[in-house]
Amino acid sequence: MKILVCISKTPDTTSKIAFIDNNTKFAADGVQFIINPYDEWYALVRALELKEADASTTLHLINVGGADAEPIIRKALALGGDEAIRVNSENGDSFNIASQIASIAKAGEYDLIFTGKETIDYNGSSIGGMVAELLDLPYISHAIKFDLEGTTATVVREIDGGEETDKANLPLVISCQKGMAEQRIPNMKGIMGARTKPLNVVEPAAFDSYTTIASFDLPPAKAGVKLVSADNPEELVRLLHEEAKAF
Amino acid sequence: MVLVFIDQQAGHIKKASFEAASYGAEVAKLLGTNAEAILLGNVSDDLPSLGNYGITKVHTIGDANLNNFDAQVFTKIIAQAAENAEVVIFSNNTTGKAIAPRLSVRMKAGLVSGAAALPNLSSGFTVKKTVFSGKAYANITVTTAKKIIALNPNSFSIIPIGGTAEVVPFIANFETAKVQVISQDLVKGEVPLGEADIVVSGGRGLKGPENWGMITDLATLLGAATACSRPVADIHWRPHHEHVGQTGLAIAPNLYIAVGISGAIQHLAGVNRSKTIVVINKDPEAPFFKAADYGIVGDAFEVMPKIIEAVRKLKSA
Repeated sequence: MKILVCISKTPDTTSKIAFIDNNTKFAADGVQFIINPYDEWYALVRALELKEADASTTLHLINVGGADAEPIIRKALALGGDEAIRVNSENGDSFNIASQIASIAKAGEYDLIFTGKETIDYNGSSIGGMVAELLDLPYISHAIKFDLEGTTATVVREIDGGEETDKANLPLVISCQKGMAEQRIPNMKGIMGARTKPLNVVEPAAFDSYTTIASFDLPPAKAGVKLVSADNPEELVRLLHEEAKAF
Repeated sequence: MVLVFIDQQAGHIKKASFEAASYGAEVAKLLGTNAEAILLGNVSDDLPSLGNYGITKVHTIGDANLNNFDAQVFTKIIAQAAENAEVVIFSNNTTGKAIAPRLSVRMKAGLVSGAAALPNLSSGFTVKKTVFSGKAYANITVTTAKKIIALNPNSFSIIPIGGTAEVVPFIANFETAKVQVISQDLVKGEVPLGEADIVVSGGRGLKGPENWGMITDLATLLGAATACSRPVADIHWRPHHEHVGQTGLAIAPNLYIAVGISGAIQHLAGVNRSKTIVVINKDPEAPFFKAADYGIVGDAFEVMPKIIEAVRKLKSA
């Protein structure tokens, strides 16, 4: 079996969000970058578990990004995976990124493509679905559990207000949500081994982008908290009812 | 024409789809056209009443096979229905997130997912969307002729206008689904978190799952959904689907009541689009107070019973 896991570079979850160049660019100075948590904790770790269960599995990682993504790709390789591909492209939108991934995935004939359910920076939730459509494959999003028996997958996915269990045959594209696997920390052996694993850089193919980012805005600041005495919580209920008209 | 995808679950239209319908009708107004809808599967709700949200015509395929959700099949059908559409609107819920990206590829139409406002047409077609898990917005310009927008739930108010929609059967070609739905397990009797108007949420300050009665009691009185912070889900006091925050669900209810949650930056990211935030915490230094509209510095175990009693009185008055 061949598995491809898509990994993206995102700012750390504690990063201060600010913009430069007339609010057109994220202020990346001093920001720590990480593997997008959904890609790492759920997609990659579940793929590693599948590889551990079946040693004949080939596991490749793909990133569409600049050379500055290489530290996080090496970190992903330290967790596991046989090799990584970096498509050297920084300016595409989600359609462009998905097209780059799909073109590599098509050539590689993967049985299973995992993505995180979204990145924590652009929150597009788009790459998995776009890759699936480009490859004309079934797509199950928001997977919280993934089991494989032969070539049949049983997938539990999150739906609005509950869960749903689906069955489908490989090849498949899956977007991964919390629950798929437990976070791992790379060990020294993994970190040493990752240095010599292949990280193949390929130049992007010519694909369109369908969207551009015109600018960013920050939400307006809150006016400040109105504190109510702990001895009189009834006053809070009155304020919520009469002033905020919240119920 | 603007086409709105109407999402259903167990035969009922989701609230988020009424928001999408109202939003679609407003987009149609901006473009000087009309808003129509497409609905797949069997639905027991009254469809002409979608006109109340500005929909002029509802295209339906009442085929039981379409009660089985498969993003690939749905995409093919919606693409056929959208042949003459300038813009297609989804709710950015789990269904919309599964279909909209596929449809974007199929229709060669740029997608804005997580839209938070109507498009700005002053120079091109630009839509404000949430990014960085709600910590910021990006204004996305769509450069393709056709456009797809997936609207964040609870970010656009339903606008009832009192009309009636024409309901017409839609004929489409589609294949057998490759994804078979085996079962659905819906949380019974609770308000779905992503759609809730009011959310009551608990954190580690509640000390243990046995103390959650005060959260669920208040939620029941208010018709609210319940939620929790990440540590609470991680130590299995509450189920994962209740986790709100940067790596959980991002929500935007009218009222968010946080009890015993300190307000780590990752938690705030998931809730800071809430209209009114109430924080109850015994630590006056809890960072959540900076993001709150109302607060009580006090012990939840003393304060909450009084709040519950006051709400009960108000509701029975």
